[in-house]
Amino acid sequence: MINVPSTWQEFTEGLWERNPVFVMVLGMCPTLAVTVSAINSISMGLATTFVLAASCWLVSMLRHLIPKEVRIASYIGIIATFVTVVDYAIQAISLELYEALGAYIQLIVANCLVLGRAEAHAAKTSPMPATLNALGMGLGFTLGLTMIGGVREILGSGTFLGLSLFGPNFQPWVVMVLPPGGFFVMGGWLLLFAIVRARRARATAREVSHGA
Amino acid sequence: MSAEAAAQTTPTLVLVRALGIISALCGLIIVGTYESTLPAATANRRIATERAVFKVLPKATAIEEFNVTPDGRIAPAAGGEGAPTGLKFFAAYGPDGKLTGVAAEGAAKGYADTVRVMFGYDPGCQCIIGIGVVSMRETPGIGDKVYTDKDFLANFKALDVKLTADMSALANEVKVVKHGTKNQPWQIDAIAGATVTSRAVGKGINDAARALLPALVPNLEKIARKS
Repeated sequence: MINVPSTWQEFTEGLWERNPVFVMVLGMCPTLAVTVSAINSISMGLATTFVLAASCWLVSMLRHLIPKEVRIASYIGIIATFVTVVDYAIQAISLELYEALGAYIQLIVANCLVLGRAEAHAAKTSPMPATLNALGMGLGFTLGLTMIGGVREILGSGTFLGLSLFGPNFQPWVVMVLPPGGFFVMGGWLLLFAIVRARRARATAREVSHGA
Repeated sequence: MSAEAAAQTTPTLVLVRALGIISALCGLIIVGTYESTLPAATANRRIATERAVFKVLPKATAIEEFNVTPDGRIAPAAGGEGAPTGLKFFAAYGPDGKLTGVAAEGAAKGYADTVRVMFGYDPGCQCIIGIGVVSMRETPGIGDKVYTDKDFLANFKALDVKLTADMSALANEVKVVKHGTKNQPWQIDAIAGATVTSRAVGKGINDAARALLPALVPNLEKIARKS
C-alpha cells in the first residue's frame, strides 16, 4: 500500500503534482517553440500525449523481451515509430495544423519527457499502470503548454482559440508571440507557483510550530 | 564465474533477436499508418492547392495542372508526385470552360525562411490580379502583414507583367520599392517595417513570372479551353 501507487495516483501524478512542464521542467523545446497560440499548444500536447502513452504501453509490454544493453535503441525505435504515426495522422487530418506545428512534430522523438518516462517508469511497470501514468503525464504536459500558449495568445494576438477578445483597438504585444515571450510567460508561471509553494510551506511550518 | 557476472552478459543472439522483433514491429506499424493515411493526406494537399488557386483567381470554377517542359513546351501534368520537374502552373477555367487565368507559385528567401507565394495571372490585362501566401515563417505581427495589410495587397490588383514585343522577357521587372514611392504599375510598394518580407514576395513573383510567362504566353491558345 505504501509503495504501490493506486491507479488513480498513477494517472494524476503527472497532471499536477509532478507536472512535466512546471515541476519536472522536461521537454522545453516544444514547450517554448510552439506555444504561440492555445490551439497549437493543445494540438502539440495531444500529439505528445499519444506518443507518450503508446510508446510507454509498448515498452511496458515488451519490457521482458528487451535486454538492458539495447534498451535505449529499442525505446527510441518505438518512440520514433509512434511519432511517425502521429506525423502521418496529422497530415491526413489537417494540413494547416501540420504547417503550424512544423518540424516540432518530428522533434517529439527527442522530447526528453517521452524517453524519460519510458526509461524511468514504463520499463519497470506493467502495461496498465504504465499507460495510465503516461496518459496523465501527457495531459499534464498539454495543460502546461496550454497555460503558456493561452497567455501568449491573449497578450500577443488579443485572441483566445482564435476568438477576438479586445476588439480592433487592441495593440498586441508582439513580443509575446516571438521566442522571448515563451521565456517570459514560462518564467511568470514558475514564479507564481514558487510563491504559492513558499506561502504554503510557511503556513505548514507555522501550524507545526503552533501544534508543538 | 559468479552468478552476478553471468546474469550481466546477454547472449548476442538474444540482443539481435530483440532488436529484430522491435524493428519488424515498428516497420509494420509505420507502413500500415502510411498506407492508410495516404489517400486522405493526398486529398488534403490537393484541396489546399485548389483553395490557394481559387483565392488568387476568384472567378475560376475548375483548375488543371500543367508543366512547362525544359524545352519550353506546355504539357498537362502527369498525375502523382515525382512527375517531371520544371515549372508548374495551374490553368483556371470559368463555368463556361474558358480560361480565366493562370496561377503559379514563386519563392524567395525572406527574413526567417523561404516565402512561397501563389499569384494569379490574367492573360487579358497581362497582369497579376491577386496573391496568396502558401507558406512562410516570418515574424508574426511584422512579416505576416504581407497577407493582412490592405495597402500592400492593393499592389496586386493589377500588377503589370507585360512581355516585350518578341515575348522573350518581361518588359519591366517586378520591383519592390520603398514604402510610398510606387509610381509605375510594375512596382510594389513595400510595407514600412517589413521590407525584407515585402521584397521576398516581389522577388518570388518576379522570378517565377520571368521564367513562366515567356513560355506560357505564346502558347495560351493551347490551354484556352478546358480539356
